[in-house]
Amino acid sequence: MDNVSPIEKVLKLAALTLILIFFMFPIFWILLMSFQTNETILRIPPSIVFEPTLSNYEALIRGKLVSTAGTLDIAFMSNLLNSVILSTSSVILALLFGVPAAYAFARYKFKLGEFIAFTLLSFRFAPPLLVLLPLSLIFQKIGLADTYIGLVWVYQLIALPLILWIVRGYFEDISPDIEHAYRIAGHGWRKTFLKVAVPLAGPGIAAAGLLAFIFCWNNFVFALILASADKQPVTVGALAFVTASGIQYGQIAAAIVLSATPTLVIALYAQRYLVEGLSLGAVKG
Amino acid sequence: MNPSPSRPSAQRTKSTISIKRIMPYLLSLPALSICVGIIIPFFVAVWYSTLRYRMNLPAMWGFIWFDNYIQFLTDKAFWNTVWISLLYTVLTVGLELLLGLGIALLLRKRSTFNNAVSIVLLLPLMTAPALAALMWKLMTNPNFGILSYIVGLIGLTDFRWASDPKTALLTVVLVDIWVYTPFIMILLLAGLRSLPQQPFEAAALDGVPRSFVFFRITLPMLMPYIITASLFRLLDSIQQFDVVYAMTQGGPGDKLMVFQVQAYLEFFQYTNVGRSAALLMVLWLITNILSTIFIKNWLRLRERARGHA
Repeated sequence: MDNVSPIEKVLKLAALTLILIFFMFPIFWILLMSFQTNETILRIPPSIVFEPTLSNYEALIRGKLVSTAGTLDIAFMSNLLNSVILSTSSVILALLFGVPAAYAFARYKFKLGEFIAFTLLSFRFAPPLLVLLPLSLIFQKIGLADTYIGLVWVYQLIALPLILWIVRGYFEDISPDIEHAYRIAGHGWRKTFLKVAVPLAGPGIAAAGLLAFIFCWNNFVFALILASADKQPVTVGALAFVTASGIQYGQIAAAIVLSATPTLVIALYAQRYLVEGLSLGAVKG
Repeated sequence: MNPSPSRPSAQRTKSTISIKRIMPYLLSLPALSICVGIIIPFFVAVWYSTLRYRMNLPAMWGFIWFDNYIQFLTDKAFWNTVWISLLYTVLTVGLELLLGLGIALLLRKRSTFNNAVSIVLLLPLMTAPALAALMWKLMTNPNFGILSYIVGLIGLTDFRWASDPKTALLTVVLVDIWVYTPFIMILLLAGLRSLPQQPFEAAALDGVPRSFVFFRITLPMLMPYIITASLFRLLDSIQQFDVVYAMTQGGPGDKLMVFQVQAYLEFFQYTNVGRSAALLMVLWLITNILSTIFIKNWLRLRERARGHA
């Protein structure tokens, strides 16, 4: 297998180059656009030579869009803040709810546990609108419509199955003997859980948390249905922004860059755990 | 759990036993509450699907058994939705599987270069699908889009991507491929790298042709990973909403009316709650069958990963 012919090597390299161009070019191009004015974007033929400007980012951060038609107030920064609030609190809640449950499912065999684990898993694969549309009506009745609490609750649909199944796997990999030894030394189960089990599963918990954060951040449909403008995260906000700003293409590109950067940075940081997370713990990287 | 070898007093043993018995339930109580929070709206949806329920015509409200479903049988819009969803699913998953397998095979050998490539290829997957659709919308804009310019260079002057009924589906499929191919790639790459080496070494010693190695050794051994990855994608793809909605809102015309987009419009535009719920129940039935098969395969793979650990 090691004696590959030079022709094959060249072909392989060519194929990889094409693949890299296809997958990387859109990111590269939008990044370039975000540093351009409308005039340079609209040039024909397009060119990668231009004088970079930060005006698009400045307009987004100041919340005022300047176009030929006048200035327009936009709330893109509050969308960004909403994304941070929603994703962070969803992940914290999912960890608080999910880690103890994952521990229980890994250590004790009981019917209710399997029921919860598999119900959450199967709803991970059910059409989200099926639950979201009735929920939008229920939320209006019980006063949870358009609240962070309501949204964070629904975001558990994404975060909880992920955390439950990945962390459960990590707990299962730890031998219970270590915990037994600690218990025999006279410590209670609460201390055993917090001082032994959780730290040992630490890397898994951290990885599952980061992934859950990415998925919550990237979610679009939940907030589209359950949130009005002032609670919307960037994914929904960016779409509304496109309609509102019309032809301010550079600013749209800058908004996309700002919205996508956090997840891309986290993904690069946590890439070692992505295989396991994406397969909900079924494949190890 | 093992009985403790130290001998505590009889009373303490009793209380530990009862704590032990209720502990798993206590620990999983919060997760259970989320579970209930999902199951209630699910049953509400089932109930809605048996109603004549239009928000703009409250007087028409009534229980109609399975009429919403029966109406689907003769409804052209419904069959269009089924057809478009199936087409979308088959095209995306099929192409992503071929491309993802190809890339995984190219990157199979562990090297710094290959690892770096596999890491940067993850970036599209970690971009929110809705944002990815916007990125491609900017690139296919007829006025300044770089892709419109490039296809113009090769002679396709009036190529209108997602706004042309003839090319809309292909454009959205292309965006889906851009986002999700890395998913299949990363799973298959992990699978390939975890395969036992002996069969390959033996084949190399015997000078077995490489096509034989691929079809008779690599592919069969990789099959559990291929099946799990494809089912995973099938389940997501048949429910695709973000990419389609952000790109075209289901248009032009009804060219991209996949299940969830159609149900969304049915609910918010036509305020037909009953019909929207029935449509989603049909989709749920499909995904439920798929996910039952999926979970079986997934559990087997999970056991295997745990066994190797």
